[in-house]
Amino acid sequence: MDLDYFKLIDRVVELNLDEKRITVEAQVPAAHTIFEGHFPGFPIMPGVLLTESMAQSSGWLLLGLLKFERMPFLAIVKEAKMRGFVSPGSLLTIEAKLEHEGSGFAVTKAKGRVGKELKCSAEITFGLAPFPDPSMRVHMDAMANKIGFPLQAITHD
Amino acid sequence: MSSTFDQIANIIAETCDIPRDTIKPESHAIDDLGIDSLDFLDIAFAIDKAFGIKMPLEKWTQEVNDGKATTEQYFVLQNLADRIDELVAAKNAAPGA
Repeated sequence: MDLDYFKLIDRVVELNLDEKRITVEAQVPAAHTIFEGHFPGFPIMPGVLLTESMAQSSGWLLLGLLKFERMPFLAIVKEAKMRGFVSPGSLLTIEAKLEHEGSGFAVTKAKGRVGKELKCSAEITFGLAPFPDPSMRVHMDAMANKIGFPLQAITHD
Repeated sequence: MSSTFDQIANIIAETCDIPRDTIKPESHAIDDLGIDSLDFLDIAFAIDKAFGIKMPLEKWTQEVNDGKATTEQYFVLQNLADRIDELVAAKNAAPGA
């Protein structure tokens, strides 16, 4: 995780386009100024960042399903549940699954675990739009390479 | 079994926290009920799920933007119910349905 740049996903572990699901890993930093304030003496990942992690995981799934032709933008978060504390240094594994693909929008369900323990879950809706700027598409390609997104998976039907 | 309009009205009432008795067949979702595009995403998800369809919102929006259709054709609730009935009928008539 690079919290300063809001890049919360480190690795794509598995992308299954047939089953419309993705599994990613996110290494929570052992130290960061966020943990100095949240909270002194009891550092834990803020729920909004766990929610954003689930949204970014879902976003990578949707980019794969959309073959990087459109960009998913976060629109609605429902049933966001923080089920347990996530401490600095934890390895977060997030699974996201497509719940529904509508016309111009998509809905996913995501779950985050540390080990076998479920830590967070949410239902997330995205608006799907053309990339607003070509540089954004270039950036997403570079990010995809960095996190090991299996680009070959989307070049074959 | 409740009518398509009743099902839509119940979805809108629940999703947007609008009193059910203010939602009429002649209500315009945007102009009368004040439903914005974000709420409509939520409504579209619920309608798609309830009827097992995929409402072609992007196509409808394009038709309105191009002047080929009016918002009333899609967003007056009785008209929306009729469009949904057509989509359900088309789905049921499709091979393998």
